[in-house]
Amino acid sequence: MPLLDVRDVTVRFGGQVALTGVSVEAGEGRITGLIGPNGAGKTTLFNVITGLQAPDRGRVLLGEDDITGLPPYKRARRGVARTFQRLELFGLLTVRENLAVAADIRRGWSRRSGRTDDEPPSDTAERLIMEIGLVDVADVRADALPTGQARLVELGRALATRPRLLLLDEPASGQDEHETARFADLLRRLAAAGIGILLVEHDMALVMDVCATIHVLDFGTILASGTPAEIRADQSVLAAYLGTGAKR
Amino acid sequence: MHQFLLYSFSGLSTSAIYAIAAAGLVLTYTTTGTFNFAHGATGMVAAFAYWQMRFGWHWPAPVALLVVLLVLAPAFGALVEIGIMRRLGGTPETTRLVVTISLLVALLGGALWIWDPNKPYPVRFLYQGHNIALLGVHVAWNDVITLMVAAAVAIGLRLFLYRARIGVAMRAAVDDRSLTSLTGARPDRASMLAWAIGASLAALSGVLIAPTLQLSALPLTLLIVNAYAAAMIGRLRSLPLTFVGALILGMTNEYVPDYLKQWHVGGLYLQGMFLSIPIIVLFVVLLVIPNPRLRGHTTARVREVVPMPLRSGAMVFGVAVIAGAAMVASVVGKADLATLGTVFGIGMVGLSMVPLIGFAGQISLCQLTFAGIGAVCMAHAGTGGDPLGLVVAIVVTGLVGALIALPALRLSGIYLALATAAFAVIMDNWIFAFPAFKVFGHSFDIFQTGSLTIPRVKFFEGQRANVEVMAIGFVLCAWVVIAVRRSNFGSRLLALKDSPAACATLGLNITTTKLAVFTLSAAMAGFGGALYGGSLQVASSQQFQLTAGLPILLVVVIAGIGTVGGGLAAGIIYGSPILGNFFPHLLELPTVIFGTAGIGMARTPNGFILEFKERWEPVWKRPAFAVGIFAALGLVFAARAAHLITNWPYAIASLLVLAVGPLVATARRQQPAPQSVPLEWVGITRPFSADDLVALDAGVGLPRLDRRAPA
Repeated sequence: MPLLDVRDVTVRFGGQVALTGVSVEAGEGRITGLIGPNGAGKTTLFNVITGLQAPDRGRVLLGEDDITGLPPYKRARRGVARTFQRLELFGLLTVRENLAVAADIRRGWSRRSGRTDDEPPSDTAERLIMEIGLVDVADVRADALPTGQARLVELGRALATRPRLLLLDEPASGQDEHETARFADLLRRLAAAGIGILLVEHDMALVMDVCATIHVLDFGTILASGTPAEIRADQSVLAAYLGTGAKR
Repeated sequence: MHQFLLYSFSGLSTSAIYAIAAAGLVLTYTTTGTFNFAHGATGMVAAFAYWQMRFGWHWPAPVALLVVLLVLAPAFGALVEIGIMRRLGGTPETTRLVVTISLLVALLGGALWIWDPNKPYPVRFLYQGHNIALLGVHVAWNDVITLMVAAAVAIGLRLFLYRARIGVAMRAAVDDRSLTSLTGARPDRASMLAWAIGASLAALSGVLIAPTLQLSALPLTLLIVNAYAAAMIGRLRSLPLTFVGALILGMTNEYVPDYLKQWHVGGLYLQGMFLSIPIIVLFVVLLVIPNPRLRGHTTARVREVVPMPLRSGAMVFGVAVIAGAAMVASVVGKADLATLGTVFGIGMVGLSMVPLIGFAGQISLCQLTFAGIGAVCMAHAGTGGDPLGLVVAIVVTGLVGALIALPALRLSGIYLALATAAFAVIMDNWIFAFPAFKVFGHSFDIFQTGSLTIPRVKFFEGQRANVEVMAIGFVLCAWVVIAVRRSNFGSRLLALKDSPAACATLGLNITTTKLAVFTLSAAMAGFGGALYGGSLQVASSQQFQLTAGLPILLVVVIAGIGTVGGGLAAGIIYGSPILGNFFPHLLELPTVIFGTAGIGMARTPNGFILEFKERWEPVWKRPAFAVGIFAALGLVFAARAAHLITNWPYAIASLLVLAVGPLVATARRQQPAPQSVPLEWVGITRPFSADDLVALDAGVGLPRLDRRAPA
């Protein structure tokens, strides 16, 4: 059974259809890619999975549980975390405080549900700062960070909730080649630790490199799903998104 | 049936006035995204201006009407847009809201200043007293004219928005401002026009409503505020729905009291409710409108700062306040001792706004109402000065706060502000005016006779002891606020203000978090109100009404809504009659000053305390300068006290010392080393310097150019 199972989701904004019967799966300990041109509905799908957008039709399953009707915070407590394409950092707080407040929020709800977890939030923040490589900017206010680093802080903040499923919305945009390579390693490590990752990204090299499965979204529908090799060879994907003759 | 028709025609006329006022509000909001709290006050001032020309200066009615509606009002609206609103692009919603509230306060203060509220201002219309028979009912000509005007406004707006080029551009500006400007339209002009038309419509409603009641600044303003409910039924977007809303509002306003009175339902207990029907409608509409989606980040151009106070700083602040209060109390006369108590009372109400508005970004306009509830609790549960009264005040206001917050929690920004304002007005008009009633043998008297005697905590009954109690109460509240800021809960509140969406996806239950901070700040206001009431000894409900609370919010925001200093500033500036003592014939001056200062918010969004701190840093670093500045201030004060100089020279000299002192200190001090910023940010947060260019060149590995060589 997949960790995340999105079944036949449809979303309309007024007369505009953003998603039509979209079904997507993501497995535990695997990186699943979600690609497609701008406006294809990728972020809308993330909003549906995290509960920020109610679907007009369809269901979202996390493991065996139907979480379609749950509010965002309850989904987070079941292990769904995300980053945002349009950054949603806590700009008034420093990088360290951003991570600590997330860890503190997590400690609050995990204690209430009976789990014992005694790492103090400040320790979690410190650990993540080392792991992700934010030592230089740990005491900088989040709204003063360049985009690339800000995206890493968003990732760290999501990790501070110790998710089972991690949704990353264009995490590598704004990073240079060197940073992207390090980022790919980080993703692999996270997956190896058992986290299921759903990755929205425009950097095709990165997606093809790290993903086990890829879903292609175009105009609100799934155009193709498969391994990187299958997607590369898919004629409709080439025509709609990757472009013919493009070698990336 | 005859009676029904009579009520209906009267209701229709009220509806028409509401429709005109609400249409102006909606037009401005949809075009510019700013909810104009001062809309009602604009109409009020216009009505007074009309009175001045028509009856003060005896101008012919058509001329006066034309000048007010087609010249003064639109010019005022356009000026507000150009001078104030245009500069607020990219600022947080709180700032924009506070700016229009400032405008409201300034207009109110200005009107009370120019037109003495103790004189009558009778307005007679052209056809006053003339009736026309319709369906067997005598209908006043005025009502018929009002209806026709509303119809003309509706048709005119429709034609303008869909036919005229600039009207279409206004509708486009709603969708996407920057895109609209790309198509060659000028959204700035559209905004200006929207403000001009909005002000004109407010003026029209003010002039139409004036003959129905004695011209009086506050009631007139609130009467137009009633129309906000109609705008809310139109969800601040749709003009047709707004007109429907106005119809519902006007009719309910007419039928409910008329029939309830006729059937003798509720008696005296509902009397106050009749006054608040439109506001109750507003409250209900706000609670049932569809849930807005969780807001994400808004890109703000101005960087907000919420300083993190140190524990040692909190201690010093507390000791300084208590010691300062004791010192001042030991030298001033009896009348000023009472004032000193008020300073801390208002200060506590101001402090209660800091966690809620400053940290969590939730705008509440009813903090003073909570203080009023606290005072009532003290009066009933603290008989004989029983400290239990304070506990009851905390518990009851906390509960009321939670009760108000629960339905209002899903609202944010302007909607929450309106809901809390509506609650405050309902309390003012209805609950605070409740006749005495008995529950379990205890007679509950709120402000029935207009005032209420409130005991002071026993053991502290002398005037000086009271000042000490007030100071200690204030410091306790300040410490609570500082503790919140320093706690994890405080970080959550700041996070919540920045991005509710991100908070939710981290697993934070936003509802309970907001509920907690709402309850906390209501309880704090209630505690402050209980002490404040005791300090006043006899309090009237006017001292706790919405319009008394708005200036407190303004001062706190102007001083710094993120700091405990903001609360103290509110107490000192608003609670004490400093300005009034020095300028006795300018009684409304402080109000106007706060209003005007609030309008300048765009420049110092973090408040003057932080700005002041920054500017004075060089002074503290060189004690000689600090001593010099204080000595100079002391000298000026001594000169004033010895009657060597009068008020104006005193004020000007003091301000000069305060302004020039830090400048001298800064000039004498070496420039600090420039802060290191990430390379990407160089030249963005401040202008490029030659050094930046060198650093940039070095950063990307270019050879260094000789900057002195001509380009």
